[in-house]
Amino acid sequence: MSFINYSSREINCKIVYYGPGLCGKTTNLQYIFRRMNPGDRGKMISLATETERTLFFDFLPVSMGEIRGFKTRFHLYTVPGQVFYDASRRLILRGVDGVVFCADSQITRMDSNLESFDNLRINLREQGYDPDRIPLVLQYNKRDVNSLASVSELHALLNYRNVPEFEAVASTGVGVFETLKGIIKLVLIDLKKGGR
Amino acid sequence: MVSPMNQNRFILHEKEYNEFQSVLKKLLIDSYAKVVFLVDKNGSLLSSAGETEDFDTTSLASLAAGNIAATGGLASLIGEKEFSILFHEGQRDNMHISLVDNRLILVVVFDGRSSIGLVRLRVRRAGEELGRILKAVDETAEREEEGGVIEELTEADIESLFK
Repeated sequence: MSFINYSSREINCKIVYYGPGLCGKTTNLQYIFRRMNPGDRGKMISLATETERTLFFDFLPVSMGEIRGFKTRFHLYTVPGQVFYDASRRLILRGVDGVVFCADSQITRMDSNLESFDNLRINLREQGYDPDRIPLVLQYNKRDVNSLASVSELHALLNYRNVPEFEAVASTGVGVFETLKGIIKLVLIDLKKGGR
Repeated sequence: MVSPMNQNRFILHEKEYNEFQSVLKKLLIDSYAKVVFLVDKNGSLLSSAGETEDFDTTSLASLAAGNIAATGGLASLIGEKEFSILFHEGQRDNMHISLVDNRLILVVVFDGRSSIGLVRLRVRRAGEELGRILKAVDETAEREEEGGVIEELTEADIESLFK
């Protein structure tokens, strides 16, 4: 749920990066953190295990400039990808304005992608969202590894809504900002339309 | 769900913002706190008072909301509706976190100049006042369903962010 503050003239929206374990959600946020001007982003918080697996969430607030005199701020969150952290994932989806589904392009991870995508739809429904209408973009990450699934295979597997899709290598930054811009656009358009 | 009209947004106008602010300032003084924050359950900071320059307020708001969400999850696992108050005791500073109308989160940071008993007492009264203001926010949202900055946004405005 976006928050519009007329006093400080700010629009705040929440974007969640979702996807199977080790698909690169945290890596996306780390790249954004490293590359953005420190004045345009806050601290990155990672609630992670000792082995750097996301335990609860990562959080990164970013500012994207002004629209009609209002500062736009986006709160980026990741969920823990591992299957058994489902209760935490549900909590993080609360109040979400847009979702980036980060898929792992390795052919061996197709089942995990599908399982996570189904889990996203279930959890969105549980939070009162229509999974067919919420702003969503897909990121096909790890395009630099061997034994890749093709974009058309990933599209056929996941993109039944025909939402914007981006190829990425989050570790080197390829496609990271394109994905972010893609979801921000959809979130603002959805906000303008009002109500889901 | 904040507004019955606009379920996907929470709009705070100057008037209610100032009212929130004055409740927080009074709470700050009455409870001898260092700093007080008002946060929505999704982690956006609405208002704050006190020595806020020492704190990363954005991170604090996000973590307080995460904390309340996780505690709410724990509550439901043992059949409770919610745990409406959390208290964290530190060596120097303490943190009292409470829910207002199950929608806003009130965070009070205090040290040895105050006490948990005093904070609880003052928070209860402030919570009632904040709840009344929240109701006014809802009523304003119902009256002003359309016509704000968001409805006037054009695609060109949105594109301009990425130039």
